[in-house]
Amino acid sequence: MARSHKQTQKLKTAGIHLVLVALSLLFMFPLLWMLSTAVKPIDETMLQPPKWIPSVFMWGNFREAFTYSSDTLGYIPFLVYGRNTLILCILGVAGTVVSNSLVAYAFGRLKWPGRDFAFAVTLATMMVPFPVLMVPIYGMFKEFGWIGTFKPLWVPAWFGSAFAIFLLRQFFRSIPFELSEAAKLDGCSEWGIYWSVVMPLAKPALAVVALFHFMGTWNDFLGPLIYLLDQKTFTLSLGLQVFQSQHGGTQWNLLMAASAIVVAPIIVLFFFTQKQFIEGITMTGLKG
Amino acid sequence: MTLKRRKEATAAFLFASPWLIGFAVFLAYPLCASIYYSFCDYSVLKLPVWIGTRNYENLMRDEIFWKTLSNTAYYAIFALPLGMVVAISLALLLNTKVKGLAFYRTFFFLPSLVPMVSLAVLWLWMFNGESGLVNAALGGIGIKGPNWLSDPEWSKPALVLLSVWGVGNAMVIYLAGLQDVPVQLYEAADLDGATAWQKTRNVTLPMISPVILFNLIMGIIGTLQVFTVPYVMFPGGSPARSTYFYTMYLFDNAFRYQKMGYACAMGWIMFLIILVLTMISLRLSEKHVHYGGS
Repeated sequence: MARSHKQTQKLKTAGIHLVLVALSLLFMFPLLWMLSTAVKPIDETMLQPPKWIPSVFMWGNFREAFTYSSDTLGYIPFLVYGRNTLILCILGVAGTVVSNSLVAYAFGRLKWPGRDFAFAVTLATMMVPFPVLMVPIYGMFKEFGWIGTFKPLWVPAWFGSAFAIFLLRQFFRSIPFELSEAAKLDGCSEWGIYWSVVMPLAKPALAVVALFHFMGTWNDFLGPLIYLLDQKTFTLSLGLQVFQSQHGGTQWNLLMAASAIVVAPIIVLFFFTQKQFIEGITMTGLKG
Repeated sequence: MTLKRRKEATAAFLFASPWLIGFAVFLAYPLCASIYYSFCDYSVLKLPVWIGTRNYENLMRDEIFWKTLSNTAYYAIFALPLGMVVAISLALLLNTKVKGLAFYRTFFFLPSLVPMVSLAVLWLWMFNGESGLVNAALGGIGIKGPNWLSDPEWSKPALVLLSVWGVGNAMVIYLAGLQDVPVQLYEAADLDGATAWQKTRNVTLPMISPVILFNLIMGIIGTLQVFTVPYVMFPGGSPARSTYFYTMYLFDNAFRYQKMGYACAMGWIMFLIILVLTMISLRLSEKHVHYGGS
């Protein structure tokens, strides 16, 4: 009796593994297909049934996609796109970490009249969809003479975002208040407490906020599409779309190579920061 | 106010100042300006001229507006529930204490990291009518796949299907929610002789209902703003405007046709729809969402 129970349990576990392996493959196929197409000679991309392993590995596809039309442009487009994206990511991440940690300190660690109401308003702003704000913000940046520059894409990060404020505030509140009291008795100012007590302890949450902003900037398409005019200033996402509209429907191997170039850094980043990633997403979903 | 409290309030004001400026400049002002522009004839090239409710009246008569609204509703109605069911099912499967959870989780999660433009380009190729992997797989089991990208009947289903590929993010949230469900509840259910389905239905789902609600509201806000993937995959909302979504039309009005007042009116209608749907989800959830002791 006990034995047969154990056997059904084993069978059940095996069944679950079978389902999970099948589903994992299903989720991985598109990415594997991308890689497989990226290293194929062009005449093997269209084969039916599809051929997963090419007869020759065309690693040159990556170079070709990377340097496409660099002769006419006078620069290597994906290199320039990558540099632009990195600049935006760095400036934006720095701004996000600095501004939101300051604001979250006010919301999470200090007492002031109207704080809870201001926090509720801050949370409510998360519901405002960007398309409502798009036109006036564009008009404003045009007044500033910022259209065609990077500024619209990183300056706002220095002025806080509701989501990051929320995340950091939750974390700041979990740091024992006795630490602040002790520091105050030692003659520490609020600034001193922020800088030498709260910030060092908040590193995991700051990492999450930085990571999310990095991903968001890397991913952003609508922003660069609205504000950037010259191909030399394009980001990877926008550059890939331009590449696609010029080469679409024919050179799938080069297109997949270019897509892989845009995806790869994110995947690598994920494997180095897996813990922060999973914890961060969990934080956003559960403490709401 | 005592001196100490006043000092603390001053400090708070200084700490919060980036957001006070950000809120005023990037939220409050644009929100007010946008409502004003929505009653104006306005393009960036000229000053706004007050025209009353004409933008809204024209929208009501604009066939393309209704087309994009219905396309967006179609997409939301299919993509949202399907995504939720798949995400919750995957999370439930992963929560069965099988070995190798971290591996499986990574496999399901990775696709949700793929940047939108890469994702769109990849799925253009996946859905390719002649040599795409999707139709090759369908052909393998004896089904002749449709022309996903050029048949107006199949373009939206294609977008719904590919949206499921990105459920990894939601799945991670559900999984964390599942792991927070107290084991005692399951033990009690076991003593009562509950089946696996009964446990899922009566213990698990009620316990993670706040997470479901959160994902539902975020899902509504996100789905109504769908832009990048259809913009890259289906230029101009082709074929036959079957993939012309609300935000794409709003974008075109603002930046292609220079009808910025019109675009603002569209923005406000979208905002109202989001508010109403959120309110309805919150109201409906009052009966069904269970908040734990914490």
